[in-house]
Amino acid sequence: MVMTFSYYPGCTLKTKAKELDKYARASAEALGIELKELEAWQCCGACYPQSKDEIATRLSSVRALNDAAREGGVLVTLCSACHHVITRVNRDMALKPEIADKANRYLEIDYHGTTEVLHYLTMLRDRVGFDVIKSKVVNPLKGRKIGAYYGCMLLRPSKEMGFDDPENPTIMEDFIRAIGATPVVYQMRNECCGGYVAMKDKAQAKKNVSRVLDNAKNCGAEELITACPLCLYNLNENGDKAMPVTYFTELLAEALGVKEA
Amino acid sequence: MHNNSDKQKDQVFRMTGVDTRKCMKCGKCSASCPSFNEMQYRPHQFVDMVTKGRIEELMASPSIYHCLSCFACVERCPRGVEPAVVVEAIRNLAERKQGGTYFSPDEVPELIDGTVPQQALVSAFRKYRK
Ligand code: SF4
Ligand code: SF4
Repeated sequence: MVMTFSYYPGCTLKTKAKELDKYARASAEALGIELKELEAWQCCGACYPQSKDEIATRLSSVRALNDAAREGGVLVTLCSACHHVITRVNRDMALKPEIADKANRYLEIDYHGTTEVLHYLTMLRDRVGFDVIKSKVVNPLKGRKIGAYYGCMLLRPSKEMGFDDPENPTIMEDFIRAIGATPVVYQMRNECCGGYVAMKDKAQAKKNVSRVLDNAKNCGAEELITACPLCLYNLNENGDKAMPVTYFTELLAEALGVKEA
Repeated sequence: MHNNSDKQKDQVFRMTGVDTRKCMKCGKCSASCPSFNEMQYRPHQFVDMVTKGRIEELMASPSIYHCLSCFACVERCPRGVEPAVVVEAIRNLAERKQGGTYFSPDEVPELIDGTVPQQALVSAFRKYRK
């Protein structure tokens, strides 16, 4: 039976991170999932506005959430930043009336955080199951030592994101195991790469990046996976380029044998 | 009669909902902060200085642009103080003032090199101008 979910790709997946999107769609299909792209989504803004009086910057997320609510009530995201922003705005709509009232009045809707926001990885874990993925792998990535780079936005603040244990996450390692590779655990996998200063302050970004990459390398990782286009850019641009960094969806497609499809 | 620093304190509280007096000065936020070395004022100092009403000083400090919004301080603060929320409110206050823009569209052509993801530009505009 095909499961159907609404899907929010986000701005970068349509341009610089096409592979993240393309391989996610091909893999979903192979796993019996239909990802239905929302008809009229807008960029989420890539930063969750932490100040309570920022309303306009929340509206594009509210629109997407409201559209998904009318189409089955589950919204799948993929980019870490989109997932972060949309998940937190969704909570605001459920729990902070001072924000929800203004946003609802402005958009002339009545939305209160009922949509379930699922990250693609969470979808793999909770809706498909890593054991099922394992059984569908035709090309196990045997012998590859892969470090998961979680970064910040999927995990924190954990009480809002509810993604995984923020200090000792396992979902990406379980994913790596499911596709037949060997996960390499390293301490810096959930520390920040400095993506937000990747352009304006390269010196700082380089420091943050080398702390992550050196640690991964010293722990035995030979490649890294991420769900975040900004992390990928920053780790490549401000690192020494010795460690290949790819989107997790590319490896999934490879393992499922749909990479070239 | 409220003086200016009290007014700013009220404003920060309205924006954040954070009671900075809950801080017990353990320093865990700053110990977790990946920008610690780059910051003139560290996250625990932001919290303390807001309590003391020293908000102008924070607004004028480049530290507001060094916060990476990584939420390590939010996650690890044992008192639920959420230093990143405080830092962002102060950055918002600085940027909302006329001429407070830290990132302008004029800078974009020089920064893009064919690989910069949209996400980087979008977030820079969201974070660094109002
Ligand atoms: S959110 Fe900002 S202040 Fe807090 S730990 Fe990260 S960089 Fe430091
Ligand atoms: S971690 Fe929390 S309680 Fe400790 S110094 Fe920072 S803000 Fe204060």
